[in-house]
Amino acid sequence: MLRSLLVLLLLLAAPARAQDAFTDALRGLGGNFQSQAEAVEKLGALGDPRALPLLQALAEGRLVKTADGTVQLREGDAGEPVRINNRVRVALRGALGRLQLLSPVEAERAAAADGLFRSRSPENIPLLEDALGRESSPAVRERMALALAASRLAAPQEGVKRQGILVLAEGGSAVARGLLLEARAAHPALAPEIDAAIAAIDRRLMLKTAAETAFQGLSLGSVLLLAALGLAVTFGVMGVINMAHGEMVMLGAYTTVMVQEALRGIPALAPLSLPLSVPAAFLVTAAVGVALERGLIRHLYGRPLETLLMTFGVGMIIQQAVRLIFGAQNREVLSPAWMQGTLSLPGGIEITQNRLWIILFALAVLGITIAAIRFTRFGLEMRAVVQNRRIAATMGIRTGRVDAMTFAFGSGIAGMAGVAVSQIDNVSPNLGTGYIIDSFMVVVFGGVGSLAGTMIGAFTLGIVNKMLEPWAGAVLAKIAVLVGIMLFIQRRPKGLFALKGRAAEP
Amino acid sequence: MSATISMGQRLRPGSATILRGILLAGLAILAMLPVLNRLPPESALYVSDFVVSVSGKWICYAILALAIDLAWGYAGILSLGHGAFFALGGYAIGMHLMRMIGPRGVYGHPVLPDFMVFLGYTELPWTWWGFSSFPFAFAMALVVPGLLAGVVGYLAFRSRITGVYLSIITQAMTYALMLAFFRNDMGFGGNNGFTDFKELLGMPLNTSGARALLFYAALIALGGALLLCAHLTRSKLGRVLVAVRDAESRVRFLGYDTVRVKLTVFVLSAMLAGLAGALYTPLVGIINPGEFSPGNSIEAVVWVAVGGRGTLVGALVGAFSVNAIKTWLTSFAPDLWLFVLGGLFVAVTLFLPRGIVGLLHKGDGK
Amino acid sequence: MKGARLYLDGVSVVFDGFRALNNLSLIVEPGELRAIIGPNGAGKTTMMDIITGKTRPTAGTVTFGERDLTKLDEATIANLGIGRKFQKPTVFDALTVFENLELALKAPRDPWSCLRWVLGQEARKKIEATLEEIGLAERAQDRAAILSHGQRQWLEIGMLLMQEPQLLLVDEPVAGMTDQETEHTAGLLRRIAGTRSVVVVEHDLEFVRALGEKVTVLCEGAVLSEGSIDHVQNDPRVIEVYLGR
Repeated sequence: MLRSLLVLLLLLAAPARAQDAFTDALRGLGGNFQSQAEAVEKLGALGDPRALPLLQALAEGRLVKTADGTVQLREGDAGEPVRINNRVRVALRGALGRLQLLSPVEAERAAAADGLFRSRSPENIPLLEDALGRESSPAVRERMALALAASRLAAPQEGVKRQGILVLAEGGSAVARGLLLEARAAHPALAPEIDAAIAAIDRRLMLKTAAETAFQGLSLGSVLLLAALGLAVTFGVMGVINMAHGEMVMLGAYTTVMVQEALRGIPALAPLSLPLSVPAAFLVTAAVGVALERGLIRHLYGRPLETLLMTFGVGMIIQQAVRLIFGAQNREVLSPAWMQGTLSLPGGIEITQNRLWIILFALAVLGITIAAIRFTRFGLEMRAVVQNRRIAATMGIRTGRVDAMTFAFGSGIAGMAGVAVSQIDNVSPNLGTGYIIDSFMVVVFGGVGSLAGTMIGAFTLGIVNKMLEPWAGAVLAKIAVLVGIMLFIQRRPKGLFALKGRAAEP
Repeated sequence: MSATISMGQRLRPGSATILRGILLAGLAILAMLPVLNRLPPESALYVSDFVVSVSGKWICYAILALAIDLAWGYAGILSLGHGAFFALGGYAIGMHLMRMIGPRGVYGHPVLPDFMVFLGYTELPWTWWGFSSFPFAFAMALVVPGLLAGVVGYLAFRSRITGVYLSIITQAMTYALMLAFFRNDMGFGGNNGFTDFKELLGMPLNTSGARALLFYAALIALGGALLLCAHLTRSKLGRVLVAVRDAESRVRFLGYDTVRVKLTVFVLSAMLAGLAGALYTPLVGIINPGEFSPGNSIEAVVWVAVGGRGTLVGALVGAFSVNAIKTWLTSFAPDLWLFVLGGLFVAVTLFLPRGIVGLLHKGDGK
Repeated sequence: MKGARLYLDGVSVVFDGFRALNNLSLIVEPGELRAIIGPNGAGKTTMMDIITGKTRPTAGTVTFGERDLTKLDEATIANLGIGRKFQKPTVFDALTVFENLELALKAPRDPWSCLRWVLGQEARKKIEATLEEIGLAERAQDRAAILSHGQRQWLEIGMLLMQEPQLLLVDEPVAGMTDQETEHTAGLLRRIAGTRSVVVVEHDLEFVRALGEKVTVLCEGAVLSEGSIDHVQNDPRVIEVYLGR
């Protein structure tokens, strides 16, 4: 009676008295266990953020009584810590949970929701319902809803349990599935509902797996696309087989390492090292490409097998040179902050940011490549030389220069691929060897000379590879893809997008 | 012209005799090595165990080089996967040698090799059945590479995959096999492969007598392979191969089934490579998945390029000379070796397309 | 030797929407020498590709005697007795003239037979006879790589003869030849016809006249006119598209 009167008074004079209510409640912490527990509950109900450190200190034994009977945080070893018993501890857990649930820090609210999910007590139901009502962050809401459903599932009333089951079915995480399985064993009466809920979760989980596999496939495909695009230009357009292409990718990755190290001391530029690496890697590998084409490859035009062997030797030399200069051990390239972390999509699908960036980067590079070939003077000359070298020469096109430019362009794309690869793979001297065979498979599968084919080929191989992986393992999946390509070219020897007849546009 | 050793390239008159002389002298010197090994070490002519075992290894490499020359130099099939055929031959004999260890393994299991006991196998997988018999294992060393070459070659030649496409496909083949053999659950010893062999045909392996016998076996195989290849390339089939290499579609219009012709030579070449591998494993005492690495195959191609392709003798010259440089260089400047090897690729293709033996050739043609 | 009849009916070939042959019909009787002329892109080479199995028709019938050529590969068609000489002479440079002819000589073609092949007296005589016929007897042991352009053409015709075909397809045999060489070639082809059918594709009207046989004019993938050289040269449609000025 007296208490309800007090509450009424508090409500009437809320703004003015809130301060006093907080101070009053604090005083209780210095009393006996009974009053301690009541004070803790009161502080929890008040929801004042200032109570949180105090209650945490109480739970951890860092709170001391002052001379005037109130409490304060212990400094050093001064004073006797306030002792508590189990009843107070129970009250503390609830109060802390509530306070954390209302904390202004998002991560703390999320952690509190997770804590309540684990404790799975029906007493937390009103608390969670209240917090859920105020919560604005969708990620935290999701966690709170899960905690609420778990708490409801623990409630004695069947109706409340059912509510919990429904929510869990909707949430659809693997954790919820485990929770439901547990509940099914404990409450046979609810079996039909629980089974339906589990089936719903399984469907959602399957979708989630499919979506994540597709994403991983796209991600692998985009790396393949980047590695294969340069090859599609040098091999597909020029017909020059460059076995040192993988080393161009490797040089691109090492350029990224160098740029990062050079900019480390300049705070204004350091976060931009990755974007700055893209043009740097392009220029470095394009320069190497020009040197290789003008110096060596040009003497072997029309002799593809010799070109293959020669460029393999060049690849070996580049690899060994990098090994001697930079050492054989892996170098690390840091991801900038904006590329780190994961992105949560509805349905619990998690996407790593850096892979998403690589997909976008690959598509951008593809777009630039196509645009360069279609719409620039250089692209026009390149296509002319591909179609008929002699006529192009008679029209005043310097075919040697076009060859060099084309090769530089293809090599430069490989260098840009290296920047992307440095984000997901170890940067080591033999980085390129792993990519060369895959890139050739992509080009052959997609159809030599077709950039659209290269793109579709890369993404198809990436996705098929990732689809096979769960049941075949990474190595067997790779082998299966190789065998698949062998069989595929039986049906379509020229690849997916074969150039037929006299049309030979890149 | 019927006196030429090589059909792919033609020699100056007299060069053939010189080459044949060098060849016979080389083979004779090789044949003497195990004998000189028996001399007392202080003798001026004494040859160390190391030299015998290293040259035994080179003989196996020379057989592999012959196999590559037959396919590449004559039929124009540049396989970058011959190392896989070599390794498969080596594994087949390796499996026999593993079975012959018997209960002498670390775990002392009467049937299972150590690595199987370690991995918890309870019985021999079916892939190992029959390998306790040497004739069976030896046959498999030829049949398995032959079959693989047959399947890959059939699929590739039938859909007219030629030139660099074929090279890449064969490279992918050996790459895939390397990945597969690195796996423990393939049942072939994972990345450790096979080693610690004890005996072959009742003969303990780590004696100098056994080494000499294996050395002579390899040398005889090399001689036999050389005669076989020489016979084949001098026959009309050899001329068909050269024709296929230079203008395959024209050969088809003459009525030859070029798929069958190429398949025949590719399978034969793969079996020769398998034979080389089968001799190699007992000689060096180890076989592991590294032998499948694409780099090994392409290195073997360079032996042939350096020696001069389409000459058979060039394959031998290249295999011995490049490996001699390698052994010499890696002993004191291992960092340099890869530069030299890479440089060889570049130099040979740019400046010496017909190889060392090609220097002796008529100056006509392309 | 009794040859078979070459029969093409309603043959069409489409590459990416481009009609290389358009409802082409043609009959070549056994022993006939037929010249085929037509402007660039008329479908002459495509027609040869169809007959020899290099290209498959989109529609139509192609038979040689009783055999349906659209279902066979190049080697099988060659072994049926259809030989082809390409526009660009293709001989095997690394082999000698003699060896080139030896490869073409009618004999079992499988690898095993080739391995065991021994050049017999009879085969040697046949090759030597052909060497005489094509005028290359002196060059028998030279590599084909060092022959002149005209000699390479004759060697290729010689190789066709060694195949003992019933039907010979000859694509522009005198392109780039001197007048004297052209005359020699015409004589060679006239001698060959009679025992077998010969189809010659040619641009050179003088050469076609020298052959003195029936002429078919192709245009845009179909037969435009057919008959003697005089008949064809006076056909107004031919004059319009090909000869006219």
